[in-house]
Amino acid sequence: MLQIILIMAAGIAAGWLLRRRTFKWLDTLLTVLVWALLFFLGVEAGLNPSVIAGLKELGVEALLLGIAGIAGSIVAAWALWRVIKRKEGGDQ
Amino acid sequence: MKGSLVIVAFFIAGIVIGVLHLLPEASGIGNVSYVTLCALIFLVGFMIGNDANIFKKFRRLNRLYMLLPIMTIVGTLAGCSIATLMLPHRSLSECLAVGSGMGYYSLSSVLITQSKGAALGTVALLANIVREVITLLGAPLMVKWFGPLSPISVGGATTMDTTLPIITSTCGKDFVIVSIFHGFIVDFSVPLLVTTFCEL
Repeated sequence: MLQIILIMAAGIAAGWLLRRRTFKWLDTLLTVLVWALLFFLGVEAGLNPSVIAGLKELGVEALLLGIAGIAGSIVAAWALWRVIKRKEGGDQ
Repeated sequence: MKGSLVIVAFFIAGIVIGVLHLLPEASGIGNVSYVTLCALIFLVGFMIGNDANIFKKFRRLNRLYMLLPIMTIVGTLAGCSIATLMLPHRSLSECLAVGSGMGYYSLSSVLITQSKGAALGTVALLANIVREVITLLGAPLMVKWFGPLSPISVGGATTMDTTLPIITSTCGKDFVIVSIFHGFIVDFSVPLLVTTFCEL
């Protein structure tokens, strides 16, 4: 995690040093790199025998708990977003 | 919708190639994905540093955004409590321990394997991988349907590293700070919550 923080700090510093220039292609680069990341994560999951084997046996249980956590946090985040939007709408 | 489909297509293509061992030297793929992630994190940092207004935006940020990590934890635990009703062979504390991983699959599966055994550890591994993958694949749709905070909340502990790039590109640069703050707080709460529920 320290490595991630350092890399981000380096990125912030580099971006700040070059702040007089604008880079329009950064969003495109971000999108393409996200695709690459997903592709490599897929290869990694496909190569991992314990993930593929575990999918059959414990997969249903894992999927249920995974989705339950996802659904719960979506509801909570959506509620907070509605409160924030109403407050910000009232301020303006 | 199109954004999510393209991402899913890349992910599935990767799985197929991984399962069929189509890539030579595929054993080093973990490094390749880590380097890609590092490049992405650097890029997100660069975008923050390059945006002259982002620090001003951070100061003007509504204090309510600071509640998001709490919403994530409460929502996750509530969801997993309901799921317990459908899993009669699992106790509530076991289900809450799995849910408390909040996407941090490496740490939570190791902690749970140690105290509850390999079966529940594998459930934790898969359930939390599901959480990360759904964030990566579904972020564009979640933003559209449930607002920009939903992929951050679903991303759980991963929103300051793995899922930060996708959140940046779907929620917009304005939510980068919220995402990092959220990931930081949730990240630290994972070991605390997982060990607590394992001991109950």
